[in-house]
Amino acid sequence: MSPSAATRMPSRTAPQTLAQKLIARASGRAHVAVGEIVTCGVDLAMFHDSSGPRRLKPMLEELGAQIWDRSRIVLVMDHYVPERDDDSRRIVRIARDWARDQQLPHVYDSQGICHVVVPQHGHIRPGMLCVGGDSHSPTGGAFGAYMFGVGSTEMLGVVVTGEIWLRVPETIRMWWDGALPAGVTAKDMMLHMIGRFGMNGGRYQAVEFAGPAVAALSMQERMTLSNMSAELGAQAGLIAPDETTAAFLEGAGAPRADMARWFTDEDADFTRHRFDAAMLEPHIAAPHSPANSHGVSRYAGTRVDVAYIGACTGAKLDDLRAAAQVLRGHKVAPGIRLIVAPASIQDQEQARAEGVLQALMDAGAELFPTACGACSGYGDPMGDDITVISTTARNFKGRMGSPTAQVYLGSPYTVAAAALRGRVTDPREVLA
Amino acid sequence: MSVTRATHRVWRLGADIDTDLLAPGHAMKHGIDVIAKHCLEAIRPDFASGVAPGDVLVAGPNFGIGSSREQAAAVLVQLGVAAVIAPSYSGLYFRNAFNVGLLLLTCAEAETLSEGDQIALDTGSPEIVAPGARRLACEPVPGFLMDMVRAGGLLNQLRQRAARTAFTKAPDA
Repeated sequence: MSPSAATRMPSRTAPQTLAQKLIARASGRAHVAVGEIVTCGVDLAMFHDSSGPRRLKPMLEELGAQIWDRSRIVLVMDHYVPERDDDSRRIVRIARDWARDQQLPHVYDSQGICHVVVPQHGHIRPGMLCVGGDSHSPTGGAFGAYMFGVGSTEMLGVVVTGEIWLRVPETIRMWWDGALPAGVTAKDMMLHMIGRFGMNGGRYQAVEFAGPAVAALSMQERMTLSNMSAELGAQAGLIAPDETTAAFLEGAGAPRADMARWFTDEDADFTRHRFDAAMLEPHIAAPHSPANSHGVSRYAGTRVDVAYIGACTGAKLDDLRAAAQVLRGHKVAPGIRLIVAPASIQDQEQARAEGVLQALMDAGAELFPTACGACSGYGDPMGDDITVISTTARNFKGRMGSPTAQVYLGSPYTVAAAALRGRVTDPREVLA
Repeated sequence: MSVTRATHRVWRLGADIDTDLLAPGHAMKHGIDVIAKHCLEAIRPDFASGVAPGDVLVAGPNFGIGSSREQAAAVLVQLGVAAVIAPSYSGLYFRNAFNVGLLLLTCAEAETLSEGDQIALDTGSPEIVAPGARRLACEPVPGFLMDMVRAGGLLNQLRQRAARTAFTKAPDA
């Protein structure tokens, strides 16, 4: 660097992305460079009955190791609840016994899906570095935390040491101008981006969602963006915190967090993509990949057997409200099964209080437990040779139980419209 | 010097091999020995029964996309697969594989290999020695990840560490 350049250097540190700032804090540094491998202290480790105790307990016992900090662990029973057979009873019992033996302070048993329940209790806050024992852990990025998924063995390392390594990621910023039209949602934004960039388009870097259309989204819609960053192949899906974040966290009873520092400097080095929300149409991903995504018109008229509104991706309160907006005062088409599995008890009870749940039930919905259920083929798998349209995140072959099932992915509006007509329908046709 | 003496038989797969194919959801309630019997059943029903220790998987881009379930990597260790060779991986799968002791080689030319090829691996470079002594370059693997594979995974490394020193509670961050 030339002397003259040095004199022009601003007193603050070099410009950084939100991802760099979060990782720098967690690794105790003022600045981290893209590509560096650093060790971070973990502020929160979340896991569930499938990835957690049944795998961690025997390994911890064998090592004779202790949990590094119980207050930083959150355990959620959401995959094998409600128990249906001896195997699921055994798995959930291990989780319950271990939670009791370890005197874990933060346990949510059958309260809903971890990615929704944990933020609803204020555990994920701006500035934190969090890991989750589940691939949809990037959901936490919606709160301005660096959160990513790890497997059970790596989680064991975190639980024992409180630390994890990271390669400081590049940032790919998805800037959304304009405003979403009625009947078009965060889910459509994600299906559009995944269709464009592919399931590994995120290259395990940090994706950041920004722009007026993102700022206008509710907290739960932002969570849908960050959630499906997993399907974009990103390590994290970040959104800079703002007033919407603060209001949600206050409602969740979280302590106040410093939010002002957590944003990407405009002069930082990152890849920029721009989209116009006003031009976006409802999207559908056809079998067997979320990247096989196109405007709904391409599949209009495709017959469906089952409409599934479920999962952390697609059965939060805002998703249930959207479905009810389509179905209120109507009945689902003859022969169509509409299944609703709310993402959390809190969301289910609020939907009940608002009359949203009743509108769905009156339309003919079957209410399923607030758990991961059919999304991951646990619980109650879908049958052979059926066509499903679903608000979930993945339609891999066999994902929902049967390799011969055809699974289409769409927004809650689009899934509800398909239930109403018995075939794939642009929801804007049925939204009065 | 670090060229494996054994040759490895290639099982050739396509792109976007996801974790639900490797470790199907319906089998996830079982132990790794049972899950392994269902590995790739939806696309290669001959694989789980036909694979022999030392065989390698060669696939197209985006190997391991999907879930965080590390059983999707552990099944391949269970079945004795020596390595996976592909042009790109899911980042989460990449971490899981090394954590359970499975070597992944990132090779831009992976798809030039064919079903049934006999190949050797030079884990030092790293390189693949394909039929006709054709050498395919792979991306470097960070030293600490190669150490992890040599140790048989992170759990073994933690075992070694536990043997050296009892874990103590870290001071509050």
